[in-house]
Amino acid sequence: MSRSPLTATSALSTALLLALSAPAWAQSHAGHATTPTAATADAPPADDGNVDHSQMDHSTMDHGTTDHSQMDHSKMDHAAMGHGVPKAPAPTAPLEPIPAVTAADRLAAFPPIDHGAMEHAPEIHSMLLLNRLEHWDGQHGTGQAWEASGWVGGNINRLWLRSEGERSDGRTESADLEVMYGRSVSPWWDVLVGVKQDFRPADSRTWAAFGIQGLAPYKFETSATAYVGESGQFAATVEVEYELLLTNRLILQPLVEASFSAKDEPEYGNGSGLNKVEAGLRLRYEFSRRFAPYIGISHERLFGDTADYHEAAGERARDTRWVAGVRVWF
Amino acid sequence: MSFPKTPGTGTPPMPSRRLFVQGVAAGGVVAGLAATGLSPRAFAAAGPGLVGALQVLSSQDVQLSIGESLANFTGRTRPAITVNGSLPAPILRWREGQTVSIRVANTLQGHPTSIHWHGLLLPANMDGVPGLSFNGIAPGEAYQYRFTLKQSGTYWYHSHSMFQEQAGLYGALIIDPLEPAPYHFDREHVILLSDWTDMDPGALFRRMKKLAEYDNYYKRTLPDFLRDVRRDGWAAATADRGMWGRMRMTPTDISDINAHTYTYLLNGTAPAGNWTGLFRSGEKVLLRFINGGSMTYFDVRIPGLKMTVVAADGQYIHPVSIDEFRIAPAETFDVIVEPSGQDAYTIFCQDMGRTGHAAGTLAVRHGLQAPIPERDARPLLTMSDMGHDMGHASNAMAGHDMKGMEGGCGASMGHGAHGADPKAPRHPASETGNPLVDMQSMATEPKLDDPGIGLRDNGRDVLTYGAMRSLFDDPDGREPGREVELHLTGHMEKFSWSFDGIPFASAEPLRLNYGERMRIVLVNDTMMQHPIHLHGVWSDLENADGEFHLRKHTIDMPPGTRRTYRVRADALGRWAYHCHLLYHMEAGMMREVRIEE
Repeated sequence: MSRSPLTATSALSTALLLALSAPAWAQSHAGHATTPTAATADAPPADDGNVDHSQMDHSTMDHGTTDHSQMDHSKMDHAAMGHGVPKAPAPTAPLEPIPAVTAADRLAAFPPIDHGAMEHAPEIHSMLLLNRLEHWDGQHGTGQAWEASGWVGGNINRLWLRSEGERSDGRTESADLEVMYGRSVSPWWDVLVGVKQDFRPADSRTWAAFGIQGLAPYKFETSATAYVGESGQFAATVEVEYELLLTNRLILQPLVEASFSAKDEPEYGNGSGLNKVEAGLRLRYEFSRRFAPYIGISHERLFGDTADYHEAAGERARDTRWVAGVRVWF
Repeated sequence: MSFPKTPGTGTPPMPSRRLFVQGVAAGGVVAGLAATGLSPRAFAAAGPGLVGALQVLSSQDVQLSIGESLANFTGRTRPAITVNGSLPAPILRWREGQTVSIRVANTLQGHPTSIHWHGLLLPANMDGVPGLSFNGIAPGEAYQYRFTLKQSGTYWYHSHSMFQEQAGLYGALIIDPLEPAPYHFDREHVILLSDWTDMDPGALFRRMKKLAEYDNYYKRTLPDFLRDVRRDGWAAATADRGMWGRMRMTPTDISDINAHTYTYLLNGTAPAGNWTGLFRSGEKVLLRFINGGSMTYFDVRIPGLKMTVVAADGQYIHPVSIDEFRIAPAETFDVIVEPSGQDAYTIFCQDMGRTGHAAGTLAVRHGLQAPIPERDARPLLTMSDMGHDMGHASNAMAGHDMKGMEGGCGASMGHGAHGADPKAPRHPASETGNPLVDMQSMATEPKLDDPGIGLRDNGRDVLTYGAMRSLFDDPDGREPGREVELHLTGHMEKFSWSFDGIPFASAEPLRLNYGERMRIVLVNDTMMQHPIHLHGVWSDLENADGEFHLRKHTIDMPPGTRRTYRVRADALGRWAYHCHLLYHMEAGMMREVRIEE
């Protein structure tokens, strides 16, 4: 303990320090000499987190009244005790003097710096996920389907694109694209506002869309969106997805999607109330995080008037399909 | 710098997993790119016979040239950023009290660069942080660094520009003391650990922003759940899964980036290259460990040898004899070993997540190798690790705990209810309702005597901050005149990191008054571990009683901790203050500290 880093730091400003550091040395060494490692009252009052120990004057503590018999010395880390008794009050002036600032110091401390001298990592990022890109084989036909979402933006504000669609026996049955502004309102939830364009079925329709999406407790990917159409129609979709890890690469993805309409619209094949529920189970293998082929089964059921309208058109209200596809992201 | 298409995008011809982890034997810098104009002999160090033979520059007048070179650590030749054509950069070796001049030339194509001298006390305009210390070094230009060495010990230097540190711009910096060290050694080796990726580091950052859990192939599965049900019962297993599920987190998130992306290097050598440091039986060998990794904590041990730690972050400590230590990015530990009785010992440095390792050999001659240990079992984070262990067994508290979780550990929790708990931190208002804060600790402690996640009760003596104590008393002596509390915050999934929920881009500088002695209180409100580095001045870690304990330049903050340190504001200027996990810093976990008169 004969050496102190003061030697290292006292080279700061030699002339100044030579004059001032001598007493500092003396004090410092005196401190060394009187530092015993004997156990002291290492039983501070129940620490309520508010006690500022630095403000305590240990020298005024009555260590004589401490009941040492209650202490478990075996658990003490004597090496960790830096404090001896009695401890001199902390000096108000630094032992190692603060160097006086010169004009040269000021110049070196605050040099002129160009704006933009610091490069920053990009704050705008983007991602495109083709969550489902699949071929399906149902009881009443075959076709293709997709569901994709993408975002571009920062941590809080993002532009979202979502698209979903289905082809059946060579015809596009449904296709839509949503363009939405999304804002994180909590760590796990984004609020979205935007438009949805239906390209199928029937005439294309435009909707105003409002929604939330995020990660619900227990890690359910959830989104709920309400749509207001030009005709005053009101519709809603809720989708919940989960990932069940069979291994870290073999992942079972159950999902449920339900859609509702407020008004009866026979021309679009929609009744009021619950229109459709789709439940799927897809098993994917992540060859890499970005590329995962899957197989699965999906069941779709139409309800109420919606079912009737479709059955009247010669379609079935229920279908169970085998699916095979890929999940990729960029 | 243009990187070829990055790996991991589909199924490109990847090196085999084994090759990727072990690296290639003769790995290293293979060539300077023609554009750099560096002479080929600068790359001789990469030859198989000379693995690990790093150039040492000890002149007071040094010329460093930063350029792009090609390197091959995995079987694929990739671009790297090098100093004088070398990765790691040459070892700089000076003497305390010297005034050194370093001319750093930038030969990169189209990219500014910089060098920061990590842990050195110097004028602000010599600190090498573009935008705070200086303008950076434009391509084709050079910057003249000049400063006096006011300290001794093991330090390092690295780029402070974007992701250049990840691309290879780091090297050891040794300052010999004026007075003899308070310990004896016969021989010494620098052991510089780092993490290498074949990816363009910028692309790796973008990947983190898209899918932060990309490398976590260790999440708990359905079979794991069934095993836990059999072992712990249905109630316990579901309660555990429920707890993590409500937080939307996973207990296997030990590190953001692991050996699925990285090949770990020891002195710029992959494990297969078997870097070898020589000794003669009975000698005392000083090993200067430096963690130059961008994102990797290493757990280091040398099976068969006790290690005596004699310095931390370049500063002498009371010697501590241990079997193993965890070294955070940017930390340095000087360790003395006395090998005898064996011809070869493995320096085994597994990453904290137990996904890979760096390794080298201490041997009596080249060509020897000792067995490489198996990596330890992968640890799981516990609620206590996360600062969620309230230390109460009562059902009432357990219920409260759960309720807190249900709030997503978010800012909506009523912390007033915790008022009576001494460990309950008071969170800054800026965390409340902040979408970038996915978690808050409910019970924090210094945990100075905790070896850390994955190192507890492993049958080995593991170094802790509590066990290290500066060899000197508080050189300043004053009690801190004021206290500033900062919380480490983040959002795992968004890969957004910050202090107090405010990323660097929107944060005000933290202002210190020249000459003051103040206390910084850090509270970790994330589930990750963060090494926090303050430029320009020392960070004097306090013990649990608030007394001077250990002088450092980088304070490691495991999850669930509250640690305090003293700062003596004796260096005028604008200083960087940040997490030394490179991608956390770039994602916002940084502040400017401005010391003004």
